[in-house]
Amino acid sequence: MSITSEQSTGPGSTRATTTALANTSGHGSPAADKIFSGISLVAGVLILVVLAAVAIFLVAMASDTFAADPTELTGGKGFASYIWPLVVGTLIAATIALLLATPVGIGVALFISHYAPAKFAKPVGYVIDLLAAIPSVIFGAWGASVLAPHVVPFYNWLGKYFGFLPIFEGPASQTGKTILTAGIVLAIMILPIITAMCREIFLQTPKLQEEAALGLGATRWEMIRMTVFPFARAGIISSVMLALGRALGETMAVTLVLAGGPFNPSLIQSGNQTVASEIALNFPEAYGIRMSELIAAGLVLFVITLLVNVLARFIVSRYNTGVE
Amino acid sequence: MSKRIDVENLNVYYGDFLAVENINMAIEPRSVTAFIGPSGCGKSTFLRTLNRMHEVLPGARVEGKVLLDGEDLYGKGVDPVAVRTHVGMVFQRPNPFPTMSIRENVLAGVKLNNKKISRTDADDLVEKSLRGANLWNEVKDRLDKPGAGLSGGQQQRLCIARTIAVKPEVILMDEPCSALDPISTLAVEDLINELKEEFTVVIVTHNMQQAARVSDKTAFFNIAGTGKPGKLIEYAPTQEIFNNPSEKATEDYVSGRFG
Repeated sequence: MSITSEQSTGPGSTRATTTALANTSGHGSPAADKIFSGISLVAGVLILVVLAAVAIFLVAMASDTFAADPTELTGGKGFASYIWPLVVGTLIAATIALLLATPVGIGVALFISHYAPAKFAKPVGYVIDLLAAIPSVIFGAWGASVLAPHVVPFYNWLGKYFGFLPIFEGPASQTGKTILTAGIVLAIMILPIITAMCREIFLQTPKLQEEAALGLGATRWEMIRMTVFPFARAGIISSVMLALGRALGETMAVTLVLAGGPFNPSLIQSGNQTVASEIALNFPEAYGIRMSELIAAGLVLFVITLLVNVLARFIVSRYNTGVE
Repeated sequence: MSKRIDVENLNVYYGDFLAVENINMAIEPRSVTAFIGPSGCGKSTFLRTLNRMHEVLPGARVEGKVLLDGEDLYGKGVDPVAVRTHVGMVFQRPNPFPTMSIRENVLAGVKLNNKKISRTDADDLVEKSLRGANLWNEVKDRLDKPGAGLSGGQQQRLCIARTIAVKPEVILMDEPCSALDPISTLAVEDLINELKEEFTVVIVTHNMQQAARVSDKTAFFNIAGTGKPGKLIEYAPTQEIFNNPSEKATEDYVSGRFG
């Protein structure tokens, strides 16, 4: 037994040495290595293929719309005039969500990472993470049936005192199913994304830098401004961009909450519609050119999301250089 | 400005764990005092109680008194933030703020307390502080470059400049040379000798030659074993600690028989 095994290790080890040498000069590799690199290559290529397939599908299906006679399309004035209110509505809802969720999300993350006592910080963190686990249809149902009726008095108040601003022009919707309500629901939905990412990054701020600031006589807030925010800047931006991606694409919650309609500059009246919600509402009954039109709308959303991601990467890479 | 420090019956805790027990010590103004002792003996912990940095860690607390010219740092109504502007600190590893330029680093602490410092005053202060830290000639042409771009020794001197810019009365140094090469160490040691003209300097060091070179008085700390509190064994003029210590443990330590 022992003799045979010794004999077999002899050539085995020689082979190992030769392969190691061969490896450095770039010839061949052991079978396991080859299989693994093959698997990872396939996985990598597959992702690109899927992405390309989606893009090709969107473009191919949408091409009918771009080629079609403007009068055949919804509204009868061509694709551009059909899509722009939807894009604007999508951007309005996402912007409201970001404006509300970013300060709250960063604040909660800071509370968990730097203010709350340890035994309190953890449960708060779990609750926030739990928010991310709630399905969007639940948020939608809650927003439509609970939140919307309750915000009506607030909208009336906004309309009364801030009605001179076009965005708060009255009379306010008496169902509360407006783009502002949709934005608030979206804000709650993206809050856990911002909070969870920011919290992780805030916690990674080097202790040595925090102590440097405290040692100079900084208060806790000054310490956070001097060390935590500069350190976390790129991370904050990417968390917000990730949240923006979610807000742009969110469908179900908006569909349930928003009583959609044509573009309306007032946020407290019904009206406006998002791209994703428009597709979801109309797709089941669509055929022919209408189907192509909705897919073209999907293509537009895809491009917007892609641009947001590219922009996020660009900003992050610019800010990253200054920070360790 | 320079102030004396008197420590009375100081116990330092991490939660329930007594880390340093019953310290009594008087530190003279315009002097350099070195803390030496084996790892884990509580010398750094004790140092951090002198500007209330110890309590930054969760569960950390202190009993007893630390008097700065007679005023108790742990008295009622004393703001730890204010304490730290009077008692500055230089850390084990150089830690300039990475997103700030050299100039901004020097002014970081000053800007906290005095937001409306004029441009010329700021320029004067930057030059004075960097000269005080023996760094001016090396960086005067690149004050707007990031502080993180300097060498380790230069970064540590930048941190010292940042500390003296706040005009503290006391400067605490927690193993300031442990991450530096010998030449940078020499530069910082020279600087410490100059700093004592103006400040009370307290330095923790693992390097006994360093303690012998820079300090007027030396305090030797020791622990009886793991889990036991650190204690001040002997506190005397540096010459005496190294040549003629009165405690056996001190002699064993400085002669290299343990630790």
